[in-house]
Amino acid sequence: MSSDISNSGHKPDGSAKQKAPPVSQPKFWNDPKKRSLLFQVLLLSILGFVFYTIIDNTLTNLEQRGITTGFDFLSREAGFGIAMSLIDYTEASSYGMTFIVGLLNTILIAVLGIIAATILGFILGVARLSDNWLVAKFSALYIEVFRNIPLLLQIFFWYYAVLRTLPQPRQSIEFFGSFINNRGFIFPAPVPEAGFGWVTFGFFAAIVASWLIARWARKRQELTGQQFPVALTTIGLIIGVPLVLFLFSGMPLGLDHPELKGFNFKGGITVIPELIALWLALSIYTAAFIAETVRAGILAVSHGQTEAATALGMSKAKTLRLIVIPQALRVVIPPLTSQYLNLTKNSSLATAIGYPDLVNVFAGTTLNQTGQAIEVISMTMAVYLALSLMTSFFMNWYNARIQLSER
Amino acid sequence: MSHSQATDKMMVELRDLNKWYGEFHVLKNINLEVKQGEKIVICGPSGSGKSTMIRCINHLEEHQKGDIIVNGIPLNEDIKNIEAIRKEVGMVFQHFNLFPHLTVLENCVLAPIWVKKMPRKQAEAEAMELLERVKIPDQALKYPGQLSGGQQQRVAIARSLCMNPDVMLFDEPTSALDPEMIKEVLDVMIELATEGMTMLCVTHEMGFAKTVADRVIFMDGGQIVEENEPHEFFNNPQHERTQLFLSQILQH
Amino acid sequence: MKYELQPTLPPPANMIGVIGWLRKNLFNGPVNSIATIVVGYFLISFLVPTIQWIFIDSDWVGDSRDACTSGGACWVFIANRLDQFLYGFYPEAEHWRVQIAFIILIGSIIWLVLPKTPKKGLVATLLLVVYPVVAFFLLYGNAFGLTRVETHLWGGLSLTLVLAVVGIVASLPLGILLALGRQSDMPIVKSVCVIFIEIWRGVPLITVLFMASVMLPLFFPEGMSFDKLLRALIGITLFQSAYMAEVIRGGLQAIPKGQYEAADALGLGYWQKMILIIMPQALKLMIPGIVNTFIALFKDTSLVLIIGLFDVLAIGQAANQDPEWIGYSTESYLFVALLFWMFCFSMSRYSQHLEKALNTGHGNRA
Repeated sequence: MSSDISNSGHKPDGSAKQKAPPVSQPKFWNDPKKRSLLFQVLLLSILGFVFYTIIDNTLTNLEQRGITTGFDFLSREAGFGIAMSLIDYTEASSYGMTFIVGLLNTILIAVLGIIAATILGFILGVARLSDNWLVAKFSALYIEVFRNIPLLLQIFFWYYAVLRTLPQPRQSIEFFGSFINNRGFIFPAPVPEAGFGWVTFGFFAAIVASWLIARWARKRQELTGQQFPVALTTIGLIIGVPLVLFLFSGMPLGLDHPELKGFNFKGGITVIPELIALWLALSIYTAAFIAETVRAGILAVSHGQTEAATALGMSKAKTLRLIVIPQALRVVIPPLTSQYLNLTKNSSLATAIGYPDLVNVFAGTTLNQTGQAIEVISMTMAVYLALSLMTSFFMNWYNARIQLSER
Repeated sequence: MSHSQATDKMMVELRDLNKWYGEFHVLKNINLEVKQGEKIVICGPSGSGKSTMIRCINHLEEHQKGDIIVNGIPLNEDIKNIEAIRKEVGMVFQHFNLFPHLTVLENCVLAPIWVKKMPRKQAEAEAMELLERVKIPDQALKYPGQLSGGQQQRVAIARSLCMNPDVMLFDEPTSALDPEMIKEVLDVMIELATEGMTMLCVTHEMGFAKTVADRVIFMDGGQIVEENEPHEFFNNPQHERTQLFLSQILQH
Repeated sequence: MKYELQPTLPPPANMIGVIGWLRKNLFNGPVNSIATIVVGYFLISFLVPTIQWIFIDSDWVGDSRDACTSGGACWVFIANRLDQFLYGFYPEAEHWRVQIAFIILIGSIIWLVLPKTPKKGLVATLLLVVYPVVAFFLLYGNAFGLTRVETHLWGGLSLTLVLAVVGIVASLPLGILLALGRQSDMPIVKSVCVIFIEIWRGVPLITVLFMASVMLPLFFPEGMSFDKLLRALIGITLFQSAYMAEVIRGGLQAIPKGQYEAADALGLGYWQKMILIIMPQALKLMIPGIVNTFIALFKDTSLVLIIGLFDVLAIGQAANQDPEWIGYSTESYLFVALLFWMFCFSMSRYSQHLEKALNTGHGNRA
């Protein structure tokens, strides 16, 4: 505790910081400053002792079991295969690579899950407040059913009771050149040909153009009061421009069709059933929580706000866009971020059905093969910790910004 | 008009008291001496530091420079001294701060039992006596939430008196009350004053000041601007700042 | 103008009755009408066959899969393994011990939940302090003439409840200390608590369980071995205490500053202030939060199957692998889901009810 004057807060229970006591020197144990110092030193030494004992024991135990320590194992050859990888990975790759592969798979499932859960959650949250009785009750039923059943059970259900009972590859369900069977979902892979660059270019050009138009429209509205349908133009440009270019350049996109060879499919893109099951379960489960968050956000905007906007002559859509949504988002975004974080942490349940995420590949197979529990678990925990720290930094930044603009 | 009951014994002494909130200098060189039995009324605009000053006396706020001596005990780093001072100083807050989870009687006997280690029977008997003095013995078994604001504030006064304090601090005791309840609280305070309690009251009840105060203190900007006996203070304010304040406060 | 008493007329026919209700709630405007039809169609086409499968076309009695002939759900499978779902591999002759333990638990919870029962504080204290000891001797035995039942035999719903109840009871005191520490003026105490809380809240429970099962044995001297269940309990308690601390901190922050000041002004010391004034008020505010973390914990206990304990979900998983009953996994998942759902849903209803009661306020905020 500094004795700096500027540091003395508004504490009802704080310690005195007066320099020169006028009459008597207090006894050592009655001086709160010294007392708290002593207490803290004591706490630190106990913690130090505990950690020392733990580390000492661990080193002894590791030595007895013949396990080396340190991070050298990361460069050794892994020697096991991984069912799904976003980057090149073979059995000859290093243990370090298994970490990267697992991490990328975790990020993949997190991103996919967040997108789906957000869409589903917002729809359900709004539906929950619908004045249509059936829609509102349906949404309530969904929320109450799915958020009160363990996620792991839902993952198992989708994986073992639904996806694994699908037909063998030979009896696949086929539609539009895609196949569904108990090995997953197989669809044709798009292969860009010469001239596809134009389409990509058109896409980015459309984004830039939309941004310019939005700026122009806002300026014009400020000057003249005329409004411009920005949203519609943006959607039209971003879909239309690449589409027109695609058609004019002679549709430069081939498809790599999957074909049944022996017992399995060759070619195309295969989405493994573990990914599908995990994605379904995570999205469906988290959507129930997001729906509650959205509902709370909308309810937090007082009815008076809507009435005031209506009294000013705003349409229902304008009221929603200009009054309700901006206020509701402020309430919704912080808990929404923590739901995203939960989803990411929950994706670690992947290991129970064998989706090769960070926990499954790295804290599972790699840990079992190397036996280096301390290093592996610490690295895994560090990844999740880093994610959650980033999330809380974002939330602090966001809350600070909001509080600033509320003044 | 008030007739002073002050003795020569020094009860509260503030010497060159200074306090800062961060960079903000809230109290500047406050000097104040209160003798046993004296009643001091402190007034001033909001943010003038008057509440902060009396809250320093029982160490709800800590000061950075200067000395505070209560009944001969210096307020310093020694928690024994802080504890001793808090036993001798009662405080009544603007928002009563009764403990909502305890009944009126439990509120009153809590500190005598736990701080003074008094037997429960005796504490309850004394508390009932005091509740009678503030004229609400029949509410003893109710919870604070069931009482009106004026009743709650009278309980709060009784709760402080249960510790048998030598000094009472009042921090705007009537400003959170509805007008019709102010009188019942002031009556209790006046009665207490006539019994010879040493009192420091932060209040804007000028009628109260005229009736009981030995001295009125006007504070502004963290300083004591003027200090005088009530008649002089109200009829012949010396300082321009005091005149302005009085004209604003007495307008209605 | 002459004043005449106007008769009270009923509202127009399209505002009341079944038609009025339908118009107002299902078909006010084209968008709503379409939504009603779409959702209605979905519900009918999904719910009707499901209900038929679960209740109408299903088989309930028998003792082998041959009894399942009607093409619907085969509840015979569940009925045959009900004992395992409830008690795991706990010896059948000793089931009464589990039953007594849970009757006491449920009895005291009902006592606490009912609004007008006396001596709630005493019951709660007994439940938090005495009951765990009693339950331990009942379940584990090896004393008072009860035979020992090793923890690897524990399983099913009773293991799930043991994990959840121990997790919550053990994390409460730890959580209180952490929350107080986090509010402390002492920088080292404060940072130790913040770091502890943030680490456990930042990582998924599964890594904590891995840590408890793989790393914990390494932390202790050779020869000191831990029961697998105990390791899981340690992991769960540490993890849960961080969440508990945050709930408690929320409750502490909701107590007005005036309460702290009044206690100080009366001369109460730090612990007197906390125990007599702040905690009793804060705990009341925290109960909904505690119930909510308990729901989360209750669902999370299913993760212990990953480290090889047989909670109710793991029993279901194991049953699905039984070659005798292959193909009925949906039934077992539905049954386990129903068990979890009943507990979680009723607890969440209770916590919502408490929140409402707190929000409407009994006005006793000074």
